[in-house]
Amino acid sequence: MNTQTALSIEDLSFSYSGKKALDQISFTINAGECTILLGPNGAGKSTLFSLITRLYDTHAGRIALCGFDIQKDTRHALAKLGVVFQQTTLDMDLSVEQNLRYHTALHGLSKKVAQQRIQQELERLNMYDRRFEKIRQLNGGHRRRVEIARALLHKPALLLLDEPTVGLDVPSRLAIVEYVHQLAKEENLAVLWASHLIDEIYPDDHLIVLHKGQIKAKGTVDAVLESTQTTAIKDAFYNLTQGEQA
Amino acid sequence: MNLMHYWRAMWGIIGRELWRFITQRERFISALVRPLVWLFVFAAGFRAALGLAITPPYETYILYEVYITPGLIGMIQLFNGMQSSLSMVYDREMGSMRILMVCPLPRWFLLLSKLLAGTGVSIIQVYVFLIIAWFYDIQAPLQGYIWILPALVLSGLMLGALGLLLSTFIKQLENFAGVMNFVIFPLFFMSTALYPLWKMKESSVLLSKLAEYNPFSQTVEMIRFALYGQFDQHAFLYTLGAFSLFMAAAILGYNPSKGMMVKKGGPN
Repeated sequence: MNTQTALSIEDLSFSYSGKKALDQISFTINAGECTILLGPNGAGKSTLFSLITRLYDTHAGRIALCGFDIQKDTRHALAKLGVVFQQTTLDMDLSVEQNLRYHTALHGLSKKVAQQRIQQELERLNMYDRRFEKIRQLNGGHRRRVEIARALLHKPALLLLDEPTVGLDVPSRLAIVEYVHQLAKEENLAVLWASHLIDEIYPDDHLIVLHKGQIKAKGTVDAVLESTQTTAIKDAFYNLTQGEQA
Repeated sequence: MNLMHYWRAMWGIIGRELWRFITQRERFISALVRPLVWLFVFAAGFRAALGLAITPPYETYILYEVYITPGLIGMIQLFNGMQSSLSMVYDREMGSMRILMVCPLPRWFLLLSKLLAGTGVSIIQVYVFLIIAWFYDIQAPLQGYIWILPALVLSGLMLGALGLLLSTFIKQLENFAGVMNFVIFPLFFMSTALYPLWKMKESSVLLSKLAEYNPFSQTVEMIRFALYGQFDQHAFLYTLGAFSLFMAAAILGYNPSKGMMVKKGGPN
């Protein structure tokens, strides 16, 4: 196993009451790579995320984080994972710092280390001065920033983001897209980002196009454009998903 | 993955729950008002209607308010346990349960910590209730207030585990009304919380049998005896057994390869 491989998925299948949601999908994500998972509604993105976070059990296929099998070595695997879920998972009545402290406690960080990491992550996002404010007082963009900061506190190798920019205004959305791409590069972090929005893709990103539970294309943006003989991701996506909206 | 990790995570979960409870004043007040209304209104009204013989742990004739107090303590913990189940369903719907479930600790430990946190909250409510009852002249021997603590921990865990188990069956928040009708009311009314077994037997043998096997009755009896410095072994073992059963089933329910997760999706 390459130590740089943050996420490895092999022949993963999953079905709901006999209906296939994922059909033998395989891919890897390396450290420092930002991979955008594109797919229309019902493509299987949420199922894939539920399997990587082990909300559901993997019955067919294998998922490994940094070489740790999610089934056999769950706790080591989960320790390598940072997640930002689609719905907000912050406690609205607690302050920014209290929410982050809860997370550091769940990951067993000492008070001193927790304090350092909280300061570091919040400062990077220009949120440190607002650490005593209740989440309820923050706007959607700032809440998302806090969730990204929280996901990074235990220094994961892989950051999962499940459509984190849904419902945000354009400036907040662009700021988050920019920040996550920067993280991947500077922190050598592997990122798997589920998205509907084609303008969130950077030219040097990797793409996975998921449709009806199957991977229709994967590789760098250029490779996907070449394989579909298109010049724009929008057209490539349209061809691969037979006209469905992203 | 050392012991400190477990320790910090457990206190993180308990601390969060306590803080939420302290800051949610409405929840605290409503949790107290319910048993106090029963004590001040219902029990006072029933005082004349019910004659109670001397039965252990009581050594003399008692007022109905005195009899009903352990039942109301059980009621506080019962509602609190169900409230936890409500918050679990809410957490699951809102996603914050997922944050707990993706942390690198065994699920049984996370669920047990959640239960301990809920139990801690219910014990605070019980002691505040007992202080108010003290000024209403419902006074147990002083050592009873210490003896009751371990009993409250076990009963809180048992009722919390029942709530946890229910949360694996409830798919949506709206179904909580069903829990009220089909769980809380039968558990409470078919128990020794409001009337002693012998009194029930006079009107219905079946009802008294149901009450006898109701784990809520046993936990109320455990609390009743503890409040008077006595240990009811049968009630203790029954409550412990019920806790183990509910907890094991709840852990199974939250296991991704079994229980409710399987109902949502299965192998290829």
